[in-house]
Amino acid sequence: MSKIQATFARLQAQGRKALIPFITAGDPDPALTVPLMHALVESGVDIIELGVPFSDPMADGPTIQRASERALEKGVTLRKVLAMVAEFRTQDSETPVVLMGYANPVEAMGVEVFAERAQAAGVDGVLVVDYPPEESADYVAALRRHELDPIFLLAPTSSEQRITEAGTHASGYVYYVSLKGVTGSAALDVAAVAARIPEIRARTGVPVGVGFGIRDAATAGAVAAVADAVVVGSRIIEEIEKSGPGELIDRVRALVAELRRGIDAAGEKA
Amino acid sequence: MTTITYDQPDARGHFGQYGGVFVSETLIAALDELKAAYAEAQKDPAFVAEFEYELKHYVGRPSPIYHARRLTEHCGGAQIYLKREDLNHTGAHKVNNCIGQALLARRMGKQRVIAETGAGQHGVATATVAARYGMQCVVYMGAEDMRRQAANVYRMKLLGAEVRAVESGSKTLKDALNEAMRDWVTNVSDTFYIIGTVAGPHPYPMMVRDFQSVIGREAIVQMPEVAGRQPDAVIACVGGGSNAMGIFYPYIPFADVRLIGAEAAGEGVDSGHHAASLTAGRPGVLHGNRTYLLQDEDGQIIETHSISAGLDYPGVGPEHAYLKDSGRAEYQTVTDDEALAAFHDLCRLEGIIPALESSHAIACAMRLAPTLPSDRILLVNLSGRGDKDMHTVAEKSGIHF
Repeated sequence: MSKIQATFARLQAQGRKALIPFITAGDPDPALTVPLMHALVESGVDIIELGVPFSDPMADGPTIQRASERALEKGVTLRKVLAMVAEFRTQDSETPVVLMGYANPVEAMGVEVFAERAQAAGVDGVLVVDYPPEESADYVAALRRHELDPIFLLAPTSSEQRITEAGTHASGYVYYVSLKGVTGSAALDVAAVAARIPEIRARTGVPVGVGFGIRDAATAGAVAAVADAVVVGSRIIEEIEKSGPGELIDRVRALVAELRRGIDAAGEKA
Repeated sequence: MTTITYDQPDARGHFGQYGGVFVSETLIAALDELKAAYAEAQKDPAFVAEFEYELKHYVGRPSPIYHARRLTEHCGGAQIYLKREDLNHTGAHKVNNCIGQALLARRMGKQRVIAETGAGQHGVATATVAARYGMQCVVYMGAEDMRRQAANVYRMKLLGAEVRAVESGSKTLKDALNEAMRDWVTNVSDTFYIIGTVAGPHPYPMMVRDFQSVIGREAIVQMPEVAGRQPDAVIACVGGGSNAMGIFYPYIPFADVRLIGAEAAGEGVDSGHHAASLTAGRPGVLHGNRTYLLQDEDGQIIETHSISAGLDYPGVGPEHAYLKDSGRAEYQTVTDDEALAAFHDLCRLEGIIPALESSHAIACAMRLAPTLPSDRILLVNLSGRGDKDMHTVAEKSGIHF
């Protein structure tokens, strides 16, 4: 059983839902990423999605693009992101880490070399935004050889057939994009999300995380009531952007703790 | 004449190892819908007839082929012929594709069209057809390109389009493309994304090539009439590569016809300031397809340079990547200075002001012609006119209006 699977099994036994934050590695400074990851864990997150910065983040909105640009300005590369994970692992051997990014940096390293190094660094899952299932055969095989969970996106527009196809490749969890748009978009229709989750869970056979447009504890709670995991990205990055150098970790801690309370409150009601 | 068979791409949009559909799941349904609609439209005689009618009566096709005798004499050697896409309505080849895609948008019931633009030529062409068919139009353009191409920005506004400045990344064509993709993901139900070149996820590279291939099909009919036979070489500039695919594609089966693409070498390929993806790039994934890319060792896309905004792009259409690897086409580079010299030569020798993009193809032909005997024939795709480049050329010569 992978660390991601074990995490979901434990949460299910406790009747709880997962909180998955997204931060871009190296934003706003490479030295802050590992302390930030530990702070996230201490504030109650279950899995960390760590963004690999890319020069052309097509599926992301302006907030995450700015985070990517800040990280690139500090010289962050995929190689350095893997080193950050390895450093995180020296103090935390439990919390699953999922790398999220775009295909080109992975291909530049070589898919097989990347999978080998990611496993060695202590990565648990990988989500490559621009590898849909039909272009993923070699990539998924490489991840499997190195015991990494391939995470795939599903969208409101995904057909039944595509959901099933994603399910044949995916393990760990699938990430349901809750609305049409890019990351950081405004509106999220919880009822529409709720209507799709049971079908996705049934067709893929893995837990369903929901992200895009979750900005506060109330929405996080509402999503947690229907999904297995709540993914929050742009809202956390905005907090990082707004924070001065000394207060960044404390402000992120406070935000994440609030999201955690929202999610747990929903669990108690359900 | 030796002919070869050519059947690219495959059903999933792969040109050998290139092309494909490398996009987020959020775009897959829209691309599937587009693929189905295009396949259906291609088979519909009414759609084909309307496309041809519009090309004839609105664009002014067929564009002539012109024997550039004074340029030929100046170079000494092979005869140089020009396919005059600069004479199209809106002044470049871009409009051919825009009409095709706008008709498809209308057929799919989409009332809003969006586009990305570099030099502004594709933006102007999109704004033009949007006006022609009564559609709402938003054009994304890098803030840096808006500064370089102010006249085209005004032109688009006159035509009723909204031009949105893109301030992210390098503020050029690739960033405008990112931004247009984001708009499409968000507004996919009522919006059609008119991509201006033979790049992007399948079916775009194939579809844009098909719409542009009217250029090569006409040339195949015209060359025997004008020059007595087919050319020995066809030469076109390559940024994303749509004018080149448009003239190359119908000639691919003619094995004896050399296909030569001219990439922008900017200040020189060794200077690092260039946009020659096929010559100096490595395969990778960007903007929905696998192709040659200008990237650093960590896979980040690097900023490109060319005097011509329309060639200033770090990728290239995946079919060019395939044609390069297979050896069917060859790709050479032309520097800013060589393109500028060709620009001035064509102005003075033929009374034709070429676009700076097309000047790269002219320069390439001027380099090749003197190495060949005078009974050889070169056909150059003069993809656009140069009115839009007056400011750039004047600035280079130290002239201010």
